Amino acid sequence: MAAQASSIQVSRMTAGLVFIGLMLFPLYWMLNASLLPQQILVRSAPTWFPTSPIWDGFRTAFELQTGHVAVSCMIAGLTAIFSLIVATPCAYALVIFRMRWATGFVAILLLVQMIPHVVMANALYVIYAKVGLLNSYFGLVLADSTMGIPFAILILRAYMLSLPRTLTEAALIDGTGYWGAFFRIILPLSRNGLITAGLFCFLFAWSDFIFALTMFTTQKTVPITLGIYQFIGIHRTEWTTIMATAVMASVPPIILLLFAQNYITAGLTGGALKE
Amino acid sequence: MKPTRPQLQANSAGAVALEAIDPPGKLFARRTLQRRTSLIQLSFTAPAIVFMAAMFGYPLYYNLSMSFTDFRVGSFLTGVAPFVGFRNYTDLFADSLFVGSLTKTAIFTAFSIAGQMGIGLSLALFFWRPFPASKTLRALLLAPWLLPLVVSATVWRWIYEQDSGVLNYVLVQSDLIADKVPWLTSPPHALAAVIITNIWIGIPFSAAVFYSGLQALPRELFEAAEIDGARAFQRFWHITLPLLKPLTAIVFMLSVTYTVKVFDLIFVLTGGGPAYATQTLAIYAYELSFRHLDFGHGAAAGNILILISLVFAVFYLRSFRKSMTEYA
Repeated sequence: MAAQASSIQVSRMTAGLVFIGLMLFPLYWMLNASLLPQQILVRSAPTWFPTSPIWDGFRTAFELQTGHVAVSCMIAGLTAIFSLIVATPCAYALVIFRMRWATGFVAILLLVQMIPHVVMANALYVIYAKVGLLNSYFGLVLADSTMGIPFAILILRAYMLSLPRTLTEAALIDGTGYWGAFFRIILPLSRNGLITAGLFCFLFAWSDFIFALTMFTTQKTVPITLGIYQFIGIHRTEWTTIMATAVMASVPPIILLLFAQNYITAGLTGGALKE
Repeated sequence: MKPTRPQLQANSAGAVALEAIDPPGKLFARRTLQRRTSLIQLSFTAPAIVFMAAMFGYPLYYNLSMSFTDFRVGSFLTGVAPFVGFRNYTDLFADSLFVGSLTKTAIFTAFSIAGQMGIGLSLALFFWRPFPASKTLRALLLAPWLLPLVVSATVWRWIYEQDSGVLNYVLVQSDLIADKVPWLTSPPHALAAVIITNIWIGIPFSAAVFYSGLQALPRELFEAAEIDGARAFQRFWHITLPLLKPLTAIVFMLSVTYTVKVFDLIFVLTGGGPAYATQTLAIYAYELSFRHLDFGHGAAAGNILILISLVFAVFYLRSFRKSMTEYA
């Protein structure tokens, strides 16, 4: 009986491995191509393993894209910080005060996340052209924050709802005031929520393409997503370098997935659903 | 659990603060307190409210007003955009490309969602009972969802490559097709290609949401059914599916709103081509504004896209509202 059960377990595990292998195959294929020379890649039969890897692709990618990666890091980092600064006090207020408009506001936060980015880009382009924010990193951080802030408020609100209300009340009795309670009690206790929200804001901004595409019209150093796109536009078939660049752009999300797994899964469902 | 109000008011020191939170109107200094509290509330919420107004309210209003004007590239220089009423909208419906983009959006959305939800639910059921390494595998599954869409689209361009792409190689070797398919350069294949890639991207999300939904189901129910002799399929059909119905509705509506707005993926994979075969409404709106520099029509197309999302969003919100009132 036990042997039978464990053999079922093993076959389930094998099936799981096969399926995940299939799902992750494109990622492997990207890595594989980034390590193979161009003349091997254009053959009609694929080379399955980079048995003698070459680093030319990465060398070129580093030369051409390091600036773009740096810009992406800066934009994504600033977006995360800015989003948290704006979102966290608001999330706290939604939990602790009984405000008549709170329910409506939460509904708005849910709804705006569904607005197609192409529509936002359309309006923001025209507005930015007027106020002189085109081709500005600050403008891009603001635009990227439209993805982060509503999400962060909702995630943090859900997180803070799980903290006992009495914490704030006790702090108020001690005379800290609401801001004192917020900084000294609530913020330290919300660490996990803050990390989840911050990670997602970072990832949203890191992945952004359409805002960078529409708002950057000069030769200014653009984020990596746009960097890849521009590179394919010119070097359509230089797959080694293209894939090496794609690997570079995947590093932050993959690192976060490997080392901050629990925060990612918490954010994945938390923003959309009650947990 | 939240403490009830009477308990709290019994505490003399806390009473002032709590009175301020929710004044029933007994204190002498009620007005001043109320004003002070609303000032405190404002100090917490003002940044977010200002941001929402400036970065959502104003742009959406702007888009709406722009859609009633003939806003072209010259309008940037002159600041003049003549009012044209609903003409931009009537123009759109007279444009066969617009009508075509609606059809493509519908096909793209329907097939993407069917694939994502079908495979996502199957995977969630598969992972429901843990097995060795299942937690790690579940986490790895999220990778396609976390990658920037531009990266995914670039990788799939390489996979779809006609002569040296791995997909054609495998399909030909396994005798599924006789000749290599021009995945991204023949209209019907290109639409299939963007759908397949989009399904690949969406599977992790729907699997994760279904999985968390399954975790919340009462185990006893299944054990009881098992004792009563219900087979696995019967349990699935008569217990699991009905219990998952509300969640399925939410995943469906979320997926629709996410799928109709997909831009990066299609833009990088095919650019909307060949011959407009993959030009969904989002791509069409972009082309109008940023290629033809016709922001008036672009805004109108964008607003129609919002309207489509909104229809589904309202249903989503209604189901969300139920769970929210349980909360607050």
